[in-house]
Amino acid sequence: MKRRDFLKSVSGLAAGAALPAMPQVISSAYADARSETLLIVSEGGPNNLDIHGVGTNVPGYEVSWNCYDRLISHEMKTGPGGVPYYDRDKFKGELAEDFKIDDMSVTFKLKKNAKFHDGAPVTAKDVKWSLDRAVSVGGFPTFQMSAGSLTKPEQFVVIDDYTVRVDFLKKDKLTIPDLAVIVPCIVNSELVKKNASEKDPWGLEFTKQQTAGSGAYKVTKWTAGTEVIMERNEDWVGGPLPKIKRVIWRMVPQAGNRRALLERGDADISYELPNKDFQEMKANGKLNVVSLPFSNGIQYIGMNVTKPPFDNPKVRQAVAYALPYQKIMDAVMFGLANPMFGAAKDKATEVAWPQPHKYNTDMEKAKALLIEAGYASGFETTISFDLNFAGVNEPLCVLVQESLAQIGIKTTINKVPGANWRTELNKKEMPLFTNVFSGWLDYPEYFFYWCYHGNNSVFNTMSYKSAEMDKLIDGARTAAAAGDTATYDKDVKGFVDLAYTDIPRIPLYQPFVNVAMQKNISGYQYWFHRRLDYRAMAKG
Amino acid sequence: MLTMIGKRLMFAIPSLIGVVIVTFLLTRALPGDPAAYFAGPAATKEAVEQIRKKLGLDKPLIEQFFRYTNDLAHGDFGNSLTTGQPVAAEIRNRLPASAELTLLGLIVSVVIAIPLGVLAATRPGSWLDHLCRVTTTAGVSLPVFFTGLVLVYVFYFRLGWSPAPLGRLDVFTSAPPTVTGFYLIDTLIARDLEAFRSALSQLILPATTLAIFSLAPIARMTRASMLAVLASEFVRTARASGLSPTTVIVTYAFRNAMLPVITTLSMVFSFLLGANVLVEKVFAWPGIGSYAVEALISSDFAPVQGFVLTMAVMYVLLNLVIDILYGVIDPRVRLEG
Repeated sequence: MKRRDFLKSVSGLAAGAALPAMPQVISSAYADARSETLLIVSEGGPNNLDIHGVGTNVPGYEVSWNCYDRLISHEMKTGPGGVPYYDRDKFKGELAEDFKIDDMSVTFKLKKNAKFHDGAPVTAKDVKWSLDRAVSVGGFPTFQMSAGSLTKPEQFVVIDDYTVRVDFLKKDKLTIPDLAVIVPCIVNSELVKKNASEKDPWGLEFTKQQTAGSGAYKVTKWTAGTEVIMERNEDWVGGPLPKIKRVIWRMVPQAGNRRALLERGDADISYELPNKDFQEMKANGKLNVVSLPFSNGIQYIGMNVTKPPFDNPKVRQAVAYALPYQKIMDAVMFGLANPMFGAAKDKATEVAWPQPHKYNTDMEKAKALLIEAGYASGFETTISFDLNFAGVNEPLCVLVQESLAQIGIKTTINKVPGANWRTELNKKEMPLFTNVFSGWLDYPEYFFYWCYHGNNSVFNTMSYKSAEMDKLIDGARTAAAAGDTATYDKDVKGFVDLAYTDIPRIPLYQPFVNVAMQKNISGYQYWFHRRLDYRAMAKG
Repeated sequence: MLTMIGKRLMFAIPSLIGVVIVTFLLTRALPGDPAAYFAGPAATKEAVEQIRKKLGLDKPLIEQFFRYTNDLAHGDFGNSLTTGQPVAAEIRNRLPASAELTLLGLIVSVVIAIPLGVLAATRPGSWLDHLCRVTTTAGVSLPVFFTGLVLVYVFYFRLGWSPAPLGRLDVFTSAPPTVTGFYLIDTLIARDLEAFRSALSQLILPATTLAIFSLAPIARMTRASMLAVLASEFVRTARASGLSPTTVIVTYAFRNAMLPVITTLSMVFSFLLGANVLVEKVFAWPGIGSYAVEALISSDFAPVQGFVLTMAVMYVLLNLVIDILYGVIDPRVRLEG
């Protein structure tokens, strides 16, 4: 027995002694490779490399953004905190050398030296085929194109090998910005057609597994759920050659481990960490933490206005006065959000979105309003949230529950699994819920069109309908297209005011996009899609 | 023997058919609409319907079922929507990752637990027995993700001995050509010592985590079964005949005490294989458990069905192997249906 114990302890010692030597050997051997490689760790990875695919998830958008080019892209400006921020109103050519906007069309001249990853030149027929594809495949890409009034293949006209014209169906201020989002990416049409089949005329199965673009990076290896490896395209003409040669993107499901990897200096960049971690990392200063507000996005409490008790505006106002805004900011968001409440009484409404409303936590007022509405003894209801974002949603709902109980509204918390959340939203039956909405296109009327308009889209989660609201939203859209600033400003102010007096949804805060990176990483840019753009990044 | 095995496999067929039907119905009964999920956050009603049609979910249930079984018969498990890959290929890639980790964890566990159990049984009430009780209780009562996180914190974050918990290989090491799917074996076949070392060092912490957890059932079962055997008459006879304590314990008692231990081992193995999701999550291990759970969360039918079916087949095979092992250990046991 003694001998056995002895053997055990010896082997334990040997294992312990062998361990520390290993990582050092590995890291010195790969030191060179590391300096030109960017190691990203995140919770989830792509499920499809093509944004036109069926059900491509958000990480897939990041691959598309970096591996495909669009005709045009946004210029950069300096955003909050000096971080480069995309300029909503200024465009530059990416595949297009230049472009000319006429009254009812826009004409693009393509860069003649642009090549796809396989060496084939990028021509006008590739552009037409790709845009046709985006408006025809259905699902999200087609929907996004339609947001800029791009719906028919006939709108895309080939003039010659290097010239393409896009015809407008109607005047729409969002058409040009919509050509600079991720969806209208230009695909290698010959290559994809070769791999398409009768059942799959757009070759979606092929582009799901590999990138067929002209972008700054190409995917060289993809193991779903584990890693994506991208290499730089040395012949990229869409902009200056990126500094990072290789991007390794690993999926690390555990948030604690992602933080450990960052703090140990093994990973270069991570996002999707709990707010508390970001706040602590910011405080200890070992890493660079960039926090920028979601453009055109808010987290809100929504109420179903079709059914009692929330069909009564008084009840909705009572809830708006009973929410623990500041507590949510401090205990849930750890300060990493822009407050959307408590604006000064005399503050004029701005032509901007999002902007804070004037409600504040005021229990007396809330109680008084509830009595006025005829609910002196309160009522019972349920508050629902999406479990996919439980890290924020759960404590938030607990705080709301606690607060509402003080004015006699008893709430039960209903946790909805992520897979089920959209279905539940679509049914429009949840009486009280919290959710986030943010639009890629950063225009107030765009947000209101989806969230408040009487055509009752999925995002009008409150089923709010008001003729006056519709008139204001439609008015702002028409005015924007016609360039009528005075009417536009009046209508925008009008619908913001109406949304805040009727208050079917109560904005809580504008969340932040948080990205933590090593001090030697530079070139992070904020984009409307909130994913990373590797093309501007550098290491060391 | 062979006919026996064939017969046993025949008996497994009805249960497999049952598994196919039950998983199909259960996944359909899950709340959540995959079409709405995969249509994305910005989808309109029409977009959701388009996706539903593309996924074939607009067809009646019975038609979906026949299509599914027909595909199964052709070895096609369908496509996962979350990862975008064919399920069969994914399971083929991920099963070895889980199996390698689980086997290593189990070997570590057995090497510690069986001697510990035997020792505890030979000296009941001694400090060794208490040590056995304390370690096993501690091991089983600590949740695996907690043990895993503590190990990562201490050995990676604090001490820096262990490599980053980034899955099966260091980021800058490339995977060996697949032969068995077990990196420890494949790297040796490829004579890539650097990769072997990387794979082994990545395995140590997760395997230890699993071992700590599975220590308890094995050690306790060994102890209990040894105690029973040691109290039996043939051991007393052997002792009375003047055989040395080692011979009595190892040759006579231990062999007889093995049967329940083997059963426990098989249970622990199949349990760990499917249930080490948490360890896989902590160590970013590309295994089969985390795959199934992610699929379940997103109402992704095909991988869930594929996973359950694979596990069912594994159970059947494992049980068969165990039964054969019984026969080897104890000739009195006959392999019968």
